[in-house]
Amino acid sequence: MDSLMIAGRSFRSRLMVGTGKFSSNAAMVAAMEGSGCEIVTVALRRVDVDNPHDSILAHIDREKYLLLPNTSGARDAEEAVRLARLARAAGCEPWVKLEVTPDPFYLLPDPIETLKAAEILVKDGFVVLPYINADPVLAKRLQEAGTATVMPLGAPIGTNKGVRTRDSIAIIIEQAIVPVVVDAGLGAPSHAAEAMEMGADAVLVNTALAVARDPGAMGAAFRKGVEAGREGYLAGLGRQQERAEASSPLTGFLHN
Amino acid sequence: MTFQQILDRYDLLEVEARIAAKQPADVEAALAADHPGLDDFMALLSPAAAAYLEPMAQRAHRLTVQRFGKTILMYAPLYLSNECTNGCRYCGFNARNEVPRRTLTLDEAEAEARVLHERGFRHLLLVTGEAPKAADTDYLAAVVARIRPLFSSLSIEVYPMEEAGYRQVIAAGIDGLTLYQETYDRALYAEMHPFGKKRDFAFRLSAPEHAARAGMRRIGIGALLGLGKFRVEAFCTGLHALHLARHYWRTHLTVSFPRMRPADGGFQPLNPVSDRDFVQLICALRLLLPDAGLVLSTRESAQLRDNLLPLGITQMSAGSCTSPGGYAEKDESGRQFIIDDDRTPAEVEAMLRSRGYDPVWKDWDNAFHGR
Repeated sequence: MDSLMIAGRSFRSRLMVGTGKFSSNAAMVAAMEGSGCEIVTVALRRVDVDNPHDSILAHIDREKYLLLPNTSGARDAEEAVRLARLARAAGCEPWVKLEVTPDPFYLLPDPIETLKAAEILVKDGFVVLPYINADPVLAKRLQEAGTATVMPLGAPIGTNKGVRTRDSIAIIIEQAIVPVVVDAGLGAPSHAAEAMEMGADAVLVNTALAVARDPGAMGAAFRKGVEAGREGYLAGLGRQQERAEASSPLTGFLHN
Repeated sequence: MTFQQILDRYDLLEVEARIAAKQPADVEAALAADHPGLDDFMALLSPAAAAYLEPMAQRAHRLTVQRFGKTILMYAPLYLSNECTNGCRYCGFNARNEVPRRTLTLDEAEAEARVLHERGFRHLLLVTGEAPKAADTDYLAAVVARIRPLFSSLSIEVYPMEEAGYRQVIAAGIDGLTLYQETYDRALYAEMHPFGKKRDFAFRLSAPEHAARAGMRRIGIGALLGLGKFRVEAFCTGLHALHLARHYWRTHLTVSFPRMRPADGGFQPLNPVSDRDFVQLICALRLLLPDAGLVLSTRESAQLRDNLLPLGITQMSAGSCTSPGGYAEKDESGRQFIIDDDRTPAEVEAMLRSRGYDPVWKDWDNAFHGR
């Protein structure tokens, strides 16, 4: 079976879902269910991890979903590390989606602080999934530091622009020794399919589901996009070329 | 480069004339621009744009949903003191107004905070007048130390400080600043602030930069609508926001548009802002600043707030009381102004849900402050 392995744990779904921006918890749950995801990321700033009745946490069935806390809002490594430790101390599994986004406008990740935080958290026993710009060298450095994945952005968070960083993501995938999860910017199921066709191991989607008229249906559409892209990748895509090529090559006569 | 140097480059009369001269074609170009610039912003604020309110509102709505989702951050003001040495002609706390004056003790402040916590609030805005003998930075720090564990985010709306003052309150656990310039028109500012420390236009103007340098996470600015010409004030507010965003790129910006309310002292707005103008201003600001938080307080009526909701608003207060001690004691004498939307937080929450918005009570965490 084609499963996604992260830090020794196996997942059937290659679609991860974020929980921000939904118009209600019901819409969030519908998106999660429609998507068939098994990993759900939650901003620690939005929840009270010590409170089991927290309105978001109470809606996430921990038997069904791996809760992946994220450090959204952290401005530097120190804050991100503190947030991750807080979540672990409150009983979350030691998994963390590392986001160090000091720029509140485009929410772009700070590569220097992300690497610093990753080094500390890995040593501290965390399974670290860092959100990064599509920078192949940074991806290598993080993998050397022991992160469980790398999560390059397709486009800035919330822009729905698709895989704009395609060439760099292709290099990251080519060189990766851990799963590559394309995170941020995917606005349509076709974008998710595109990332998966390129060989990404998984994608993470949030805004596209949260702002859809029907988040549950959009979750299902993304699920199909991810599956189609993955199956296409595994089946071996024909290479693209500029010219049409006869299906009987010029040297066909040699085989006659 | 400071914002004062930027503002000094503009002659506000000329700004007003340039805005007035914008044509429908300029508005259409602004609406078509991916990232409207200052010239586009002028067009969006112009009288010509009044005919484009619907497309402006549509675009403001789309941008806001894209960036923030259908969520509204809930906050409440906590008035700690109404003692004030300033003479702001429009304000109920004006030193010459004969209203009961008080500064809450730490116990009283905690009692107020507990009422707000009980109502669900986790984001508070601490408000004082300007009376250093009554409520200085040591006092603010002591209040914060007392109530910090109950809340996720504490902001201040007090008086402008030097960088050191902001450093002190940030160290105590403050993460946000709200500081309205009131008016960006120096001459009008001088007229409106006849005495008190607040007379210093330049110091107030530079204070958001002091706070940003001190590491303040969130900074809110705005002009008091009803004083200057709203188109010019909105332009200057946008200019101010862009300056802060460019130079202090780690700071999240919010913009408020407080419209003057009846207050003790009976001051009448010099340039009243109609509902239509108000809508235009909110949409224009959203189009200029897609990432800024836009704040709507209970100064506006329930009906108007409900209708403004989808136009770009990201934060709302509810059930606000503008007099120190007013939550726990239900005594509203000594208030700053009379609120209009007097629905309870639970009623506002129900309204938000019925309109397909998720009220967000917590969007920050004490862990950011190392607590």
